[in-house]
Amino acid sequence: MKYYLYVFVIFCSSIICAQDCNSILLGEIVDFHDNSTLSGATINITGKNLSTVSKENGKFTFKNLCDGVLELEISHPECTTKFVTVTINGDTFSEIRLEHHLEELSEVKVIGDVPKSTNSAQENILSVKDIERNSGNSLGDALKKIAGVSTLNTGGNIVKPVIQGLNGSRILILNNNVRMQDMEWGEEHAPNVDVNANQNISVIKGAAAIEYGGDAIGGVIVLEPLPVVRTDSLFGKTQLNLSSNGRGGNITSSLTKSYKSGLYIKAQGSYKKLGDLEAPDYILSNTGINESGLSLNVGKRDFEQGWEGYYSYFNSEIGILRASHIGNVDDLINAINSDVPSIINDFTYDITQPNQEVTHHLGKLSYYRRFEGFGKWTTQYDFQQNRRFEYDIRVGDDADKASLDLKLTTHSVLTNIKFDAKEGFDLKVGALGRYQTNFANPDTGVRRLIPDYDKYDFGLFAIGSYELNTDWTLDAGARYDFSRIDSKKFYRTSRWEERGYDVDFADIIIEDLGTQLLVNPVFDYHNFSGTAGFHYEINDKDHLRFNYAYSQRAPNPSELFSDGLHHSAARIELGDLRIKSETSSKLSASLERNTSTWGYTLSPFLNSIKDFILVEPTGVEFTIRGAFPVWSYRQTDAILLGVDASLHNNWSSKIRTDHKFAWVRGTDTETDTPLINIPAANFTNSITYTNPKWNNFLVSLESQYVFEQTRFPDNIEVFSPEQQENVILDINTPPDAYHLITLNTEASFTLKNKNDLTVGLSASNLLNTNYRDYLNRQRYFVDDMGRNISLRLIFNY
Amino acid sequence: MKRNKTLKTVLALSLMATVMTSCSSDDDTPEVVNEEEIITTMTVTLTSADGTATLQSQDLDGDGPTAPVITADNLTANTTYTGSIQLLNETETPAEDITEEVEEEADEHQFFFGLSGSLTDVTYTDTDEDGYPIGLEFELTTGDAGSGTITITLRHEPTKPNDGTLADAGGETDIAQTFTVTVE
Repeated sequence: MKYYLYVFVIFCSSIICAQDCNSILLGEIVDFHDNSTLSGATINITGKNLSTVSKENGKFTFKNLCDGVLELEISHPECTTKFVTVTINGDTFSEIRLEHHLEELSEVKVIGDVPKSTNSAQENILSVKDIERNSGNSLGDALKKIAGVSTLNTGGNIVKPVIQGLNGSRILILNNNVRMQDMEWGEEHAPNVDVNANQNISVIKGAAAIEYGGDAIGGVIVLEPLPVVRTDSLFGKTQLNLSSNGRGGNITSSLTKSYKSGLYIKAQGSYKKLGDLEAPDYILSNTGINESGLSLNVGKRDFEQGWEGYYSYFNSEIGILRASHIGNVDDLINAINSDVPSIINDFTYDITQPNQEVTHHLGKLSYYRRFEGFGKWTTQYDFQQNRRFEYDIRVGDDADKASLDLKLTTHSVLTNIKFDAKEGFDLKVGALGRYQTNFANPDTGVRRLIPDYDKYDFGLFAIGSYELNTDWTLDAGARYDFSRIDSKKFYRTSRWEERGYDVDFADIIIEDLGTQLLVNPVFDYHNFSGTAGFHYEINDKDHLRFNYAYSQRAPNPSELFSDGLHHSAARIELGDLRIKSETSSKLSASLERNTSTWGYTLSPFLNSIKDFILVEPTGVEFTIRGAFPVWSYRQTDAILLGVDASLHNNWSSKIRTDHKFAWVRGTDTETDTPLINIPAANFTNSITYTNPKWNNFLVSLESQYVFEQTRFPDNIEVFSPEQQENVILDINTPPDAYHLITLNTEASFTLKNKNDLTVGLSASNLLNTNYRDYLNRQRYFVDDMGRNISLRLIFNY
Repeated sequence: MKRNKTLKTVLALSLMATVMTSCSSDDDTPEVVNEEEIITTMTVTLTSADGTATLQSQDLDGDGPTAPVITADNLTANTTYTGSIQLLNETETPAEDITEEVEEEADEHQFFFGLSGSLTDVTYTDTDEDGYPIGLEFELTTGDAGSGTITITLRHEPTKPNDGTLADAGGETDIAQTFTVTVE
């Protein structure tokens, strides 16, 4: 097949009758997008030994041509080479349009700066190297590398990212431009993402990237596969990790076939198996993981149009710490007061109850087309299905039955047009439609924690950026989102009355079953978001960014509907049907300096959130099984104030130090008390020695100091049936500060091609320190992970 | 080229149409779930030569907000009672007898008794297949007149044998209920 390149040729033929082989071709090279002229393009006439270069005004001429058809090859350092056929009929004028925005085609810049999604917002990008080093970890762990990102853990392998103090539904994860729908319902729902399937990971702190959704009050995590180079090639990469802690590892392999025509096909697979993790003094029983992932990309990326089909499958079976499964409040009191977990078994790879098994399918079809002098139209359909089983310790006939069996299916259609025809001004408008349905299987024999529901979303947005001059770039955007949630839920009559719903929501009851009521809540939410900011280039080295983002987030199903005993957490969780959207106003600024020897980033932020939704322990409820702590959702006004700072210094070409500090302070302004679950301040310092002459040898030593969280809500007082008196349940007191050392070393070797094998060895928690982290719910029961020595082999071919 | 573009547009539109139509289809009523494993009622029957006394805890809404209703008859001082425990799930009609399930899986269950005040002694009178105590049958001895408490805890998957304390037994709590009794 000929590689046809789509061409627009405009003829302005003169009427002058000319002799054969005496014609002149006058041409003009212009930019496809904004019609600006391009100088320095080389024009060859194929088959003839004639070439010229376009002048300052983009013009070029060939003289003494014969009438007939010619083929021109036009190349420009910043553009893809283009072939154009021109019919010469006397003196001829031809305008030739070149694609000048290479970074947009993502064809060439495999190494180097990755284009940012926003101008004025704080955005951090994780390098391919960093992702490789975290290949054996979860997404949350990998992101911790970025100042201001911490994690909320509900297990060694259940890790959710926290950005500037916010987590869960407030953080949007985009996997290959598909919004992940799976992690919103509770702390134990970690994102189902294979960190190895994506090689570009960026974090946008705050809601500035409203293109992706207006409700990302905490931030947006963008995961993208590496762009495919447009050449005829076949390449692959295999990475193997072996870890001492968990006594297992993971392997991931990818193979990409690309063609010069822009066609590509990429397949990737990974498998991970770890047994029980270990704290310094004991085994963390039942914390193993079994995970497999597969993804397939097929597409064609052309100059004017392109399409892509993507499918990914992810399956994960995760053990939940055995000792964290407790009976009642006395068990919890005992666990909190005890230094050692109640259950320690021998090491095993087996995963038993309590555990969870999650399968996630994701499919996507997308298409784009550019229109000359106008812009680019993109449209996408995506599909997701998330199936989640949670197994509890159950007895008798139900022993192997799941306690939770949810199937969440989502369809989305999105489309947008980017107008980039005018130099220095980009405008993007788009629309989104989404339908989601959740099915909670009644066969579990357990009352549903999340009810059946249908959710409809519709969104419209416009974002623009304007280059005022070479120093100032302004950007702004607005978005409207409509959401409707239509649920059918059973309430115990006693709960319905206790919550006062019989007064406020009497009209939504559709069936009365005596002890239970079937209700049909239908809630509509209209949410608005807006953002504005600037990027000021003070000089080559110094940049200042400032952004204001206003965003609203509708409550998620767990915040509205949670009702009942959450067995694996040994707590009664209560949502509230009265919860409305929360509204965030965030001011963020960022001052950066980057020179060849040193650089820093200083990013303060202030986030004022009205009707902030939180869940916290509020008391106890008595059942025949004993007393259980009650965690209730409520809304309040909150202020989060913080700063992320980083500094690096190249002491010589071989020695570099990095310093990072993140601090955030969260306050409930209605009660003037500290907010729960706000990460403690942390300070990370590292020193790296590299020597390219010794097989790219690298060794780095990192020290991470996590301060004690001193601001936390009061503990609650509960009645202990065992002790027959009221006791303080020490559920909110954070653990002590801790200090961890990590050592990392790597080198690359040549087997077949240059540096195609990288060998790395790392040791995290090198000193095998006993510690507990405030944002780890297992902190009540066990110490965190001890030393982990891991070996990694990366082979490129 | 032209055909290609048209095809893509048609494809995109038909996908959109599929999504839109699938929005309006679902109107199923979910099936009600009545929990099977739940224990709502524990009845302790204490029999002596003088007659029968009953201690009961009933929690008809399970883990709902209503606290269990606890009743306890008065006991006679310095008496040995023969005790037995019955467990019911009264969310179902007729009520399900959970006692049978505990008997069947006796090796995975054990009751523990905590006494104070005028309640002085408890001895197990039943055993599982391995010869370890269960606690569905027991003897309770009262001391002098006054008041006392008995805390009855049912654990599943406890360590067996154990020294009779909750701490040593481990396992998961199915029931933990304290009765305050008057001994006269």
